[in-house]
Amino acid sequence: MNIITIKNIAKIYQVGLEEVHALRDVTLNIDKNEYVALMGPSGSGKSTLMNILGCLDTPTKGLYTFSGNNVSEMDDDELAAIRNREIGFVFQTYNLLTRSDALHNVELPLIYAGVSKDERRERAIEALSQVGLADRMDHKPNELSGGQRQRVAVARALVTEPSIILADEPTGNLDSKTGADIMALFEELYSKGNTIILVTHEEEIAEHAKRIIRLRDGLVEKDEIRNVARQKPIES
Amino acid sequence: MNNFLFEIKEGLIISLNAIWANKIRSVLTTLGIVIGVASVVLMSTAIKGINKSFQDGASNIMGTDNIFIDKWSWFGEIPWWELRNRRNIQYKDFQKFKQMAKLPIAIAPSSFRNMNVARGQYKVDGIFLGGTNQDYIKTTNLKFAQGRFFTEIESNAGRKVAVVGGEIAEKLFPQGNVIGEVVKIKGKKYKVVGTIEKQGSFLLGNFNPDNQIFIPMEAMFKDFKSRRRGGGITIVVRAASSQQVDAVKSEAIGIMRRIRSLRYDDDDDFSINQQGSLLDMINKQVGVIQIAGLFVTGLSLFVGAIGIMNIMFVSVKERTREIGIRKAIGAKRRTILGQFITESAIICLFGGMIGLFIAILGGMWIKQMDFPVSIEADAVILAIGISLITGILSGIAPAYTAAKMDPVDALRYE
Repeated sequence: MNIITIKNIAKIYQVGLEEVHALRDVTLNIDKNEYVALMGPSGSGKSTLMNILGCLDTPTKGLYTFSGNNVSEMDDDELAAIRNREIGFVFQTYNLLTRSDALHNVELPLIYAGVSKDERRERAIEALSQVGLADRMDHKPNELSGGQRQRVAVARALVTEPSIILADEPTGNLDSKTGADIMALFEELYSKGNTIILVTHEEEIAEHAKRIIRLRDGLVEKDEIRNVARQKPIES
Repeated sequence: MNNFLFEIKEGLIISLNAIWANKIRSVLTTLGIVIGVASVVLMSTAIKGINKSFQDGASNIMGTDNIFIDKWSWFGEIPWWELRNRRNIQYKDFQKFKQMAKLPIAIAPSSFRNMNVARGQYKVDGIFLGGTNQDYIKTTNLKFAQGRFFTEIESNAGRKVAVVGGEIAEKLFPQGNVIGEVVKIKGKKYKVVGTIEKQGSFLLGNFNPDNQIFIPMEAMFKDFKSRRRGGGITIVVRAASSQQVDAVKSEAIGIMRRIRSLRYDDDDDFSINQQGSLLDMINKQVGVIQIAGLFVTGLSLFVGAIGIMNIMFVSVKERTREIGIRKAIGAKRRTILGQFITESAIICLFGGMIGLFIAILGGMWIKQMDFPVSIEADAVILAIGISLITGILSGIAPAYTAAKMDPVDALRYE
């Protein structure tokens, strides 16, 4: 079943008098329980595509359907609702609220979803336990290590049980060991049936995915399903 | 609806956290509102106090049912240069008037002069010495602290007796007992027969009996004022009730015209002064004070509001990334809008409370200086209302900027 269908989308930015074609013509389908890596050098349009996939931005041209909803014509608040319900973000810089503890950070999407206090507390604790941080719930981001922060971010992404998890260079700020831990976590989430879209420029990271979409100059250069057998074992 | 309340509650928690995280800045920002609210509350209660004391004072001293027949029009209805050439009202005019008038319950002459009074080492300058007769007290609602007013016999004989106003009595007789003591008015000896209860109300100036001494008219003529050439007197006339005032007034006009032998087409060459015109004047003046006062205090509140708006803009800018995060994980526009407006409203409300507290303290302090203020429930409502409205209004623009931020740009903001 397709979760994401994008058809001939383009994104044009106006920079001064110049038009920048960040995406020229991209068509993609992503199914439920796929593990996709989005790759490309800088300037390839992968960030733009990620923003559009994440409903943070809308395409200038083309059609984007998310679980049957036409996202390309939604207004700000409708997009916010889709992001809240359907998408879990994991960012390179974690993007946690620095003044709130881990529990509150994980609860936040549920607050915006209007979940009652008791239920959201319960769900946030569950999500934090899932990433192995049950004992760090009352720590603020600056009291946590980079890997732990990213785990909090993953827990925040999971807590609403979204249709996709969108990770933008999730290991970019981590050393390779903690990076590997995070990748293992994604692997585990994937095996539990989650759909994961990973944006990265590192081949090594992308190899964790089952499908790699390569972008160049605003176009899809290559879209390959990887042979699962060839996958490297996760370093420990 | 439920969801809306929920958002307000969450907005409140977020705001409190944000305010707490920026304690010093919040306090400084609040200062403008503190001062604004304190001054608005103080000013409005002070104006109310002034107004009340004016009104009370006016009816205490002039009496609601009194009219004053005088050469001068007291409250400027007629320009003074037109009054200058009128004949003075003489003591004999009063005597004729008293014989002819049927309606009033009391009629008394009065004439005031600026004097000084002394007793031993105690001296009071700038008092008002009033010459009158025994009926004067019946035209007022004044009460005695000690003793009595002078009698008809004392009055007619021009005995050197004096009734002393409350404040003068306090200054001349710090030890308390007054009756039978002798004071020197401009060097002339007078025996005190009574003191009037202290009024304490302020801003009544010449009208305030606290600063007056009454002596018999005849004594006045002997010691301080020539009967013929010493300027005119005022005839104080009291009606039986306020319904009677108009009748008393028209009777008085008729009698005065007869005494003055005016022809039917002559203008009155005297004025009938009433408390009503004093109240009109007071209202006009209080109105001016009110507008000026509220304008000035409103201005300080406005400056405070600009301060809040400014700091909210700074706060929004600083928290761009936070806004981006919140939007990315599903905060809607109105949620962000509500969050910042709530924050601004809370800062202002907090400031308003402190302002109110200061105003209450200030009010107590001013009250000790005999200035009539009282902070009542409406001042509390005023303070809360004003600070909430200020907070919401000054929060709207910054909150709107925050709400319409593009999440992509906001997340990228360093």
